[in-house]
Amino acid sequence: MLSTRNCDNAVSVSPILTVSDLIVEFPTRKGILRPVDRVGFEIDPGEILGIVGESGAGKSMCGSAIVGLIDRPGRIGGGEISLSGQRIDNLSNDRMRRIRGKKIGMVFQDPLRSLDPLKTVGDQIVETIRTHLPVSAAEARRRAVAALEEVGIPAAANRIDAWPHQFSGGMCQRVVIALALAAEPALIIADEPTTALDVSVQAQIMALLKRLCRGRGTAVMLITHDMGVIAETTDRVAVLYAGRLAEIGPTRDVLSNPSHPYTIGLMTSTPKPTGGIERLSQISGAMPSLRDIPKGCAFSPRCGRAFAPCYRNIPVLEPAARTEVACWLYDEEYAKDAANLEGTGHD
Amino acid sequence: MTDTNKKGASARPVFDDDAPASAWTRWRDTEIWHSYSRSPVIVTASVVFVMLVLGALLAPLISPYTPFDPGSLNLMNGFTKPLSANEFTSDFFLLGADDQGRDIFSTILLGLRISLFVGISAVLFAMTLGVVLGLVSGYVGGWLDAVIMRIADIQMTFPSIMIAMLLYGIGKGLTPPDLRDEMAIWVLIFSIGLSEWVQFARTVRGATMVERKKEYVQACDLIGLSRWRIMFKHILPNVTGTVLVIATISLALAIIAEATLSFLGVGAPKTEPSLGTLINVGRQFILSGEWWILLFPSLTLLALALSVNLFGDWLRDALNPKLR
Repeated sequence: MLSTRNCDNAVSVSPILTVSDLIVEFPTRKGILRPVDRVGFEIDPGEILGIVGESGAGKSMCGSAIVGLIDRPGRIGGGEISLSGQRIDNLSNDRMRRIRGKKIGMVFQDPLRSLDPLKTVGDQIVETIRTHLPVSAAEARRRAVAALEEVGIPAAANRIDAWPHQFSGGMCQRVVIALALAAEPALIIADEPTTALDVSVQAQIMALLKRLCRGRGTAVMLITHDMGVIAETTDRVAVLYAGRLAEIGPTRDVLSNPSHPYTIGLMTSTPKPTGGIERLSQISGAMPSLRDIPKGCAFSPRCGRAFAPCYRNIPVLEPAARTEVACWLYDEEYAKDAANLEGTGHD
Repeated sequence: MTDTNKKGASARPVFDDDAPASAWTRWRDTEIWHSYSRSPVIVTASVVFVMLVLGALLAPLISPYTPFDPGSLNLMNGFTKPLSANEFTSDFFLLGADDQGRDIFSTILLGLRISLFVGISAVLFAMTLGVVLGLVSGYVGGWLDAVIMRIADIQMTFPSIMIAMLLYGIGKGLTPPDLRDEMAIWVLIFSIGLSEWVQFARTVRGATMVERKKEYVQACDLIGLSRWRIMFKHILPNVTGTVLVIATISLALAIIAEATLSFLGVGAPKTEPSLGTLINVGRQFILSGEWWILLFPSLTLLALALSVNLFGDWLRDALNPKLR
């Protein structure tokens, strides 16, 4: 009802955000660490893209790189980020400030820390509106009340002068969403927006975010490790592993029909509502430290189907089945090899 | 909505019927007031401090003599004992008179004025300088931070009274000779202020670095507010608690620093004496038995510095949620 467009027919639309071969680097004494290594994806207008991965997979770092909030000594070491066709990764701080505030909104993990504790909720929304839109103080306040009502704060006209500490975590997150949407951005980056919230509130907040963004045609980059949130909210999903993109594709295909062994592992380790009570399988081992990412495919030491090229070369993203996947198993040249090896019971 | 929700306890602070509570009632309900009213030492300290400030402010009205008007002085009054009338002139002196026949009580009230004025102005100056440098250092970081903090580190390696004396000497050398007495107070404020900004800068820098990491500051950055606006409108209000505590403690230090300088004879001139100058004057008579000339100004300085210090210590604890 809110959006009739389907991700499959969005091919002709030019993307709102294009990230290609993005590298984030942290120079250290023992060499350069790459928490994000050649990650590329696109987000179409109005689309919700989920970014999943374990802790330390580089999800948040991707988001920070896009808005230019990487802390020193970290830096963007390569690749391009374009917003509506304009390159934004090499802009000066001041120019970036003007662009991202207007075009990118951000929802952070901890709502209580996302609001200035010493300013009323209304003042903060008014400040955001007036920074970007040429409206009078009275008009900005009227809009702020409307924004609060829209995110479902009851008695908004009374509560606009309340301080953040008078709001619950869920209410604060609603305010943060109102703030993120205040300047009417084309893209919202939501970095684990429900992680700090009560389970009962999580679904409400996600539904709210989804409804508002669909209504306005705002694209969302949703960073999370919660598969449930991914399944319910996103159109497409990108799976990150050790800073590299493992698989990307339409959500239902990635979830129900994953190709990358890591994604398959993730799916089989997530309990299914329809499933019985059998023990969940798990991926053996742990994600490698950034200091010693294996040569070749980063997942190879934990992968049950790894074969010769996996230990030598880094796989690139290639179409496989209905998703795009970075795995040698789906490379035509090696596919036969792999099939043979599996037949003879490799490992 | 407002009426139906009256009983909702969680939503209370927001609704209209709560507004009429007067500022005083709300103040009475705060943790700070609670902690204050339960501590007799602090109540005493603040009463002493307020009395000293009132005495200083109202000095021209309540002082019985005009000790620094040479025309009104009578040398016959010299060395009159406390709580007694002079045997020749029958003038009464509450705290005695000094060698020139000046009333000690009046000189203390006027000296208090100078001491407080210099102390408060020096702290305001140090605070402004330290807070701005600390905010910039903590928020902007990089080489600017390194430069500011290295200067602070270097300054920390010298005793602050030495820095103040050095600066006072330089300041005095730079003022034209005919203006030296008039400018003395301002040079004093400048040199004490410059010797105390480091505490402010370091603490504010630390607090700023903590705030800067919080998402609301990143959010401010994201929505496109300028650096200055973020620093002064969002971070500064959130670090005022710390600034307030340091300001109180530095006030005591500044008053003592001023007294020390004046005692050493490089501070407030004798025509416009502060408590330190009075103590310096009294020092000359302590061995000849006229103890009151030294004792009463010293006690006043003690009461002033101690009350401010106690208040500062209490404020530090009261504003620290972990110690409640």
